[in-house]
Amino acid sequence: MKLKLRVWRQKDANSKGGFHSHDVEADEHMSFLEMMDVLNEQLISEKKEPVAFEHDCREGICGTCNMVINGRPHGPQKGTTVCQLHMRQFKDGDEIVIEPWRVAAFPIIKDLVVDRSSFDHIIQAGGYISVNTGQAPDGNAIPIEKDISSEAFDAAACIGCGACAAACPNGSAMLFTSAKVAHLGKLPQGKVEHEGRVQKMVAQMDKEGFGFCSNIGACEVECPKEISTENIAMLNRSYLGSMLSSND
Amino acid sequence: MTSSIGRKVIMSLTGLFLCSFLIVHLIGNFQLLVGDGGEAFNTYAYFMTHNPLIKFTSYGLYAMILLHAIQGIILYLANKKKSGGNIGSKYAVSTYKNGSWGSKNMALLGTFILFFICIHMGDFWWKMKMDDLPMLTYDGYNEPIADLYGRVSAAFNELWIVIVYLIGLIALAFHLIHGFGSAFQTLGLRHKKYTPMINGIGVVFSVAVCLGFAVIPVVHYFFN
Repeated sequence: MKLKLRVWRQKDANSKGGFHSHDVEADEHMSFLEMMDVLNEQLISEKKEPVAFEHDCREGICGTCNMVINGRPHGPQKGTTVCQLHMRQFKDGDEIVIEPWRVAAFPIIKDLVVDRSSFDHIIQAGGYISVNTGQAPDGNAIPIEKDISSEAFDAAACIGCGACAAACPNGSAMLFTSAKVAHLGKLPQGKVEHEGRVQKMVAQMDKEGFGFCSNIGACEVECPKEISTENIAMLNRSYLGSMLSSND
Repeated sequence: MTSSIGRKVIMSLTGLFLCSFLIVHLIGNFQLLVGDGGEAFNTYAYFMTHNPLIKFTSYGLYAMILLHAIQGIILYLANKKKSGGNIGSKYAVSTYKNGSWGSKNMALLGTFILFFICIHMGDFWWKMKMDDLPMLTYDGYNEPIADLYGRVSAAFNELWIVIVYLIGLIALAFHLIHGFGSAFQTLGLRHKKYTPMINGIGVVFSVAVCLGFAVIPVVHYFFN
């Protein structure tokens, strides 16, 4: 299949970027990233600068790859990362527009690569959970209701790719932060520091310069792990509760 | 209350308070349709402006409107900077539309509603406060009562004013359809069973209230 790509090319953080057109010959069994590899090999053989993009596990679990394809973070297929998106989703002769995440708190480093350290800072601000060291505890030693463990697991599925903030018209990181808070806060092991963690992670999120959530819901539509905005409600609830109950 | 969530909670609580005001305002306004030459409406307006408890509440209401509007503008401007592009059009292509149109244009709708409130209050409330209205006497009242009904009636006989009101109400309906459910989400009130119900009530409330308000100028224009 012959494709016409319009790719965002930007030399570095301070340069002004723009779209460049590239023609590429792809196979419908290729993943989207493999198609990008073909493009880069072609560019290298033409002695041109290859397109910088991020990738790592290529099996949809690391959250490294990130591209906005035809206006949608991670492309047109629901619940899928770019690496798991295959070219059979496109037709011969299609024009595909590829852009980086556009969020003020994710500055562009080069081409399609953005700096997502702000997410790491939010995680770091969350601190620790109190778990005894030593031998691994017996399975089911701490009773956890099935519904609750499932909800915590659903939140824990967040791979921190940043598609939520990229999809958000406000550039808000509420879906990410809420998934991390719910993941630990719903389980007995993480409940001990829950209130303090909520306060610290929200404070860090604000400091990083993410926007204010206005409940549009674009994040949960684009999330490759289909994290629900129910977590955002839980975060709001926990934040208000911890504000009222804290001593400072 | 200056954190991101705190600011949204202020929007949520003031918004819900303003929703409750709309109900009171609508019920009061239905007296315009009684057809008694305005006695019911004028004496009601007199009561609403002279009862100390309602007077006190009304100052709270003005403060809530201002707080909701100012906070909303602050949030919009901050989000514009933080979104990494124009709100709603960050990317070169937007083939897929996520979120309702109203939810992405709350600030635009809100600004429009604020202008509408200014026109609306300037025409009725200000003229009443400035004693610009003719006075009438009714049985059972010691002092003359301002003829607010006469002013409303004159306004609603002008086609362009009726149209401005209808446009204002359509904006309000879109603002409320997103705002009502959103307010509950911001407060963290979310439930698998009750949230769809709350959102449903929000849509019915928004449409019913705006239709209720719309009926008054339309009926007045065509039947009076």
